[in-house]
Amino acid sequence: MLKTRIIPTLLFKNHSLVKGKNFDSSRVVGSVLESVKLYEVREVDELIFLDINATKNRCDPEYDYIETISKDCFVPLCVGGGIKNLKQIYKIFKSGADKVSINSEAFLNPHFILEASKEFGSQCIVISIDYKKKNEQNLVYINSGKTKTNTSVIEFSKQMQDMGSGEILLTSIDKDGTMLGYDYSTLKEVKENLNIPIIASGGAGSYEDMFKAISYSKVDAVAASSIFYFRNMTPKEAKLYLVEKGINVRI
Amino acid sequence: MVKVCILDYDSGNTKSVENIFEKLNINYCLSNSKKDIISSTHLVLSGVGSYSTVMKKINENLPLDILTDEVLNKSKPILGICVGMQIMSEIGYEFEKTHGLGWIEGKVKQIESKSLPLPHIGWNEIIKNSKSSIVDKIKDGECFYFVNSFCFETIDKYVVAYTNYGSKFPAIIQNKNILGVQFHPEKSQKSGQKIIKNFLIM
Repeated sequence: MLKTRIIPTLLFKNHSLVKGKNFDSSRVVGSVLESVKLYEVREVDELIFLDINATKNRCDPEYDYIETISKDCFVPLCVGGGIKNLKQIYKIFKSGADKVSINSEAFLNPHFILEASKEFGSQCIVISIDYKKKNEQNLVYINSGKTKTNTSVIEFSKQMQDMGSGEILLTSIDKDGTMLGYDYSTLKEVKENLNIPIIASGGAGSYEDMFKAISYSKVDAVAASSIFYFRNMTPKEAKLYLVEKGINVRI
Repeated sequence: MVKVCILDYDSGNTKSVENIFEKLNINYCLSNSKKDIISSTHLVLSGVGSYSTVMKKINENLPLDILTDEVLNKSKPILGICVGMQIMSEIGYEFEKTHGLGWIEGKVKQIESKSLPLPHIGWNEIIKNSKSSIVDKIKDGECFYFVNSFCFETIDKYVVAYTNYGSKFPAIIQNKNILGVQFHPEKSQKSGQKIIKNFLIM
């Protein structure tokens, strides 16, 4: 039986790990390479790396850096930030990543996702969707959460599924970094409307939160960040907790 | 002495496979030259992308006559990973009907996942089906990392291990010196490294 994945998300800029609240990520929390080595030892299920400055600075992904990271990483590695064309994806894979996460460009140019999934296969194209609640509606935000769109999360997720996206990393900007729990109802709604795996992101503050996202929202994987930095919690402990609760995870 | 040739057909994602040989301290090269294919002791065929894209690139970039001779006539061990395993079949149905290498009887079709989402992504257990040194020190129920929507439908005698996702499909197949794994051993930590080590002593 397929195991539910626990995925640490690592946000970085200028080679430093950062983490903040509601997408204001200014606090430096450590070194990227040290974290990768640590996580590899702790046998996590997968790692997501997002370069949060790449889109803003309109720069290419840092291929050399991805190559350095991947050298010590023997679990699946998903890399995102600033991806706009097929050539960049090709070079990211060449540098050792296994999946790419695409955000702003997927919204601006949905056809790009169709091309990417045809070229590289759906399984390695992850669409990262950030959203905020505005007047009781969940609206998609792009450019690291800075630009509001008028498209609903459900509508955009479905479009991405149709374009061949293999997975959706769904992040609530309102919940991000708060450690107050995931946005369970939206996750559940998206999960019920889609037929590709959904990764819950934004708000994990306890192992119980992960349990709720898995058991109530029925997500396929849970991503977390702050709890691993600020609360000394570990993916391993999370799994031991979840197993006790009857969730099928890899120990 | 072991010398691995990772077949380079411009698939783009060979780095993780290179990293694992680097980590295990194995002599390897990434190449599509006849010389390297002939002088190596073991071959690896990895890949991402659809069946048809991969076959097209293989036809364009690999010396298929030499490769086929090494594999079918000289019985050189070869390990196909993910799509690299799938294209060892006779035919594939991803996007369009495409002829494969035809080294192992069977065809590649979409997983019958019932209500479960596709792609099949994550760690899944394997259940052994027949004896083979490729699964030495691997336990029933051990987990490996999979990412696939399609699977290799073949006859039971070629299946070394199955996995289950809505329906059961092959996780490891073998026809003598020709081996294929649907999962990614290079991304399956210690369990994956055991598979690679077992392959290298074949």
